[in-house]
Amino acid sequence: MNGYNFAYLDEQTKRMIRRAILKGVAIPGHQVPFGSREMPLPYGWGTGGIQVTASVLGASDVLKVIDQGADDTTNAVSIRAFFARTAGVQTTTHTGEATIIQTRHRVPEQTLSEGQILVYQVPQPEPLYTLESSRAETRRMHGLAEYGLMHVKLYEDIARFGHVSIAYSYPVMVNARYLMSPSPIPAFDNPKLNMMPALQLFGAGREKRIYAIPPYTAVRSLDFDDHPFRLTRAPHVCALCGSDNTYLDEVVTDDRGGRMFVCSDTDWCEQSRDRRQEAAE
Amino acid sequence: MAYVAVKGGEQAIAHAHAWLAEQRRGDQAVPELGTDQIEQQLGRAVDRVMAEGSIYDRSLASLAIKQAQGDLVEAAFLLRAYRTTLPRFASSLPVETARMEVARRISAIYKDLPGGQVLGPTYDYTHRLLDFALAANGGATQAAPAMDFPAERLAPVSAILQAEGLIEGDGAPSRAADLTREPLAFPAARSTRLQALARGDEGFLLALGYSTQRGYGSTHPFVGEIRVGTVAVEIEPPELGFAIDIGDITVTECQMVTQFAGSKSEPPQFTRGYGLGFGHCERKAMAMSLVDRAMRAEELGEDCTAPAQDVEFVMYHCDNVEANGFVEHLKLPHYVDFQSELETVRRMRADAARAEAAE
Repeated sequence: MNGYNFAYLDEQTKRMIRRAILKGVAIPGHQVPFGSREMPLPYGWGTGGIQVTASVLGASDVLKVIDQGADDTTNAVSIRAFFARTAGVQTTTHTGEATIIQTRHRVPEQTLSEGQILVYQVPQPEPLYTLESSRAETRRMHGLAEYGLMHVKLYEDIARFGHVSIAYSYPVMVNARYLMSPSPIPAFDNPKLNMMPALQLFGAGREKRIYAIPPYTAVRSLDFDDHPFRLTRAPHVCALCGSDNTYLDEVVTDDRGGRMFVCSDTDWCEQSRDRRQEAAE
Repeated sequence: MAYVAVKGGEQAIAHAHAWLAEQRRGDQAVPELGTDQIEQQLGRAVDRVMAEGSIYDRSLASLAIKQAQGDLVEAAFLLRAYRTTLPRFASSLPVETARMEVARRISAIYKDLPGGQVLGPTYDYTHRLLDFALAANGGATQAAPAMDFPAERLAPVSAILQAEGLIEGDGAPSRAADLTREPLAFPAARSTRLQALARGDEGFLLALGYSTQRGYGSTHPFVGEIRVGTVAVEIEPPELGFAIDIGDITVTECQMVTQFAGSKSEPPQFTRGYGLGFGHCERKAMAMSLVDRAMRAEELGEDCTAPAQDVEFVMYHCDNVEANGFVEHLKLPHYVDFQSELETVRRMRADAARAEAAE
């Protein structure tokens, strides 16, 4: 785009961000402060993810952007258009074709492979923030791996409700060292983070933090031996493609209680419909 | 009813932008607003947008106000997003407000003082009666009587107290950090705090400053001095070795004189709360000086109990571009997480119903 550098940010800024990313990769799950820039999109709308993507994006990359698992949600459209405009890179909706996938709130259903990068948009990088509001204090707690507060929170949930009541942003331990927020993905997606072949980068623009999970890193959702981590999903099959193991959106179809359940990952759903059709032919 | 996937986000966005542009222009029969008119006639709005947008450029701020339909927070955001792309070629020398060419200068702690009290262009003593003559475009402009600006350099009022050793010093000059380039870390230096406040939301600072007056972190403040006027901005290019003047900017400065009971190392004396902002922004500068002083509670060994004294709280929440983005992001789709919550609540209700049935 005229008057702007490739992928909007200037090269010095990208270098600064890549250094933060490298540090994040070297210390999996550790939040690295970085000089987050003010972006032409609002804070809370993916500025961290956009800065990370801009910093790792090359001219030959193929970019996919999803929000809620879908390529066609308005903010995903807007971010994809931003990079198409400022970097002129090829974009795709197919998970398998993308070299970089920027996401908000979901991990694609299709298993990612080596060489792919998954960039998460992170509103609140601090997993302890609801329990301790001071960032100076939580930083100290991470330094000492002092995570008793979170275990007590989970224990209290179990004591009150019989199970952990956290449905999304379910905290994980990365490489058995750092407590990390997986960003507000449903807990259903948490197991996908474990030993993922792709590189996972997390960008929080407003909070000015970057963190990372290198490929093939152990990521464990917090739980107890007698109360193991459990997945939650709507107990239905996708009404469009028939998948019975994907994360489903509940769509209200009328005002008489009508509901249908469909895959939240639109690319997965389309491909699985194609596969079904091929099998039928 | 068949499920229709929500497609066409791209087209919807394009249409929304077109509608917005049409709405911005309004009735075509009404002449279009020129950015020069905004710059000249909505000066206080321009000042606020420059302060919160964190860049001194009256014409860009006017454009931002026009583009944002007068939404000043949105206008500040537009300026910020532009500012971030600009190269930094130098840091200015500290601006000498003591050498300010003042248009207004008042002190509440002395009846009269060298240089005098200069009211300048202020709303302070206007009666807030709607002037219907303005509505009728009949704002017959009387030329303001010529004023003799104090020609001599007006020493800051705090210097009078300082001569007697009654007020703390200004502190040693230090390199100012830049929180737009370096991430915030705590404890934050006072220069970083002041930068955050200078960029901070006027309404937020006003409310926080007000809270200190109502007992939430009281500082017993007096307006030592407020001055509004133009100051020279100078840079010292290393290849020259001397300072050159690159232009004048209008700023508002407030020095709040506050009480301090003394500590083990410091005798009882007055302390300072400092406020400075682009343009004519008295409300902002005053509130800023109250909050600046409140944030020094820990440094001065006072109890930290009030929101205005909590440095992390103030610094993380005073920026309206950050706050606005994050509050408004709630309108983005959250249905994936909501679905997860739905299933969890349904499960909990089922558990509760089973437990009740078993009893």
